[in-house]
Amino acid sequence: MQEIINIFIRSVFIDNMIFAFFIGMCSYLAVSKTVKTSIGLGVAVIFVQIITVPINYLLLEHVMKPGALVWISDSFKDVDLSFLSFMVYIATIAAMTQLVEMIIEKFSPALYNSLGIFLPLIAVNCAILAGSLFMEQREYKNIGEVLSWGLGSGFGWMLAIVSLAAVREKLRYNKIPAPLRGIGITFIITGLMGIAFMSFLGIKV
Amino acid sequence: MSIFSSKNFKLLANPLNLENPVTVQILGICSALAVTTKLKPAIVMGLSVIVVTAFSNLVISAMRNSIPPRIRIIVQLVVVASMVILVDQLLRAFVYDVSKQLSVYVGLIITNCIIMGRLEAFAMGNKPWPSFIDGVGNGIGYAIILMVVAFIRELFGSGAILGFQVVPQSFYDAGYINNGMMIMPTMALVLVGVIIWIQRSFNKELIEKD
Repeated sequence: MQEIINIFIRSVFIDNMIFAFFIGMCSYLAVSKTVKTSIGLGVAVIFVQIITVPINYLLLEHVMKPGALVWISDSFKDVDLSFLSFMVYIATIAAMTQLVEMIIEKFSPALYNSLGIFLPLIAVNCAILAGSLFMEQREYKNIGEVLSWGLGSGFGWMLAIVSLAAVREKLRYNKIPAPLRGIGITFIITGLMGIAFMSFLGIKV
Repeated sequence: MSIFSSKNFKLLANPLNLENPVTVQILGICSALAVTTKLKPAIVMGLSVIVVTAFSNLVISAMRNSIPPRIRIIVQLVVVASMVILVDQLLRAFVYDVSKQLSVYVGLIITNCIIMGRLEAFAMGNKPWPSFIDGVGNGIGYAIILMVVAFIRELFGSGAILGFQVVPQSFYDAGYINNGMMIMPTMALVLVGVIIWIQRSFNKELIEKD
């Protein structure tokens, strides 16, 4: 249990997707103009993350790892499909976002209207694919840890985008040198926020 | 159609400055920042992206009339993913240590917005050869920014270029120390911000309106 909490805290603050790995930057910079829309996108990312990361983990453990196919027949014990992982992950993500979109549209039109435009965008958000790739690279031991990583990384991403949006809303009233206006100053602010996040380094539960 | 007509040359040259994928179109930032602590992984990453954009542009453009619009994203992702698998296996076979340094970022080329952006914006509506050139141009534009950032970070962060020590020992003896900030991930963001600043003060038309 402690390990699971530790993974969550680490993935939100220390290994934050944005500030430590720069993952999911494109939509982070493009959508962070107002707090309201960035909360919408953040929730959608968490939502898709906690669905796709565990599914990809199960696929990796039971289909793609060397010798993972023994449950079908012993003759498959030399089969190693791990080179297919990119393809399988991205297919899962594209299929799941499509599915999630259809389910939300059917059962909760209100939520669909607020998330609507963001859901299809998420299929090409690097944060989602990176969630699965880091899951593979860090070799988490069980589904609980994987779920905690998925939730934590999504939450960390949302934290980052909402705080940047809050800063950008205030920024509108400031005089910024013309060439730096818009995207330039956003980069520098993200850098400064990253430095602030560095103070979390070394925290351990 | 000649191979390098002036129109095609424009496709190649525009992404280098006025339509640079990183600083103007703001695409593909994730990997641009993460692999730039050293120059060597940045060069390898730049080359991989050039190859993947060029060839996936070519393939998608050749197939563009037979892809049903509703499922085009999935088709594009499959084509891009196969290209990336090829590149990844090649990197592992020939430059294993760099491939280890790049870690997940090779896989992330699949969702690199430059590639999806160019596929959607260009390859879906143009003939294969111009699409190929457009892919190469955008790949080069991306690689240039990567190399500039990596050059500055490696020079000031570890006093070396491509692993060779360029800041002489006498400097260190006189009290010069490497700037540890440059190695930190956040400095990459600030550097790209400054590059945008410099580029836009030379190209006034790129300045954003409020």
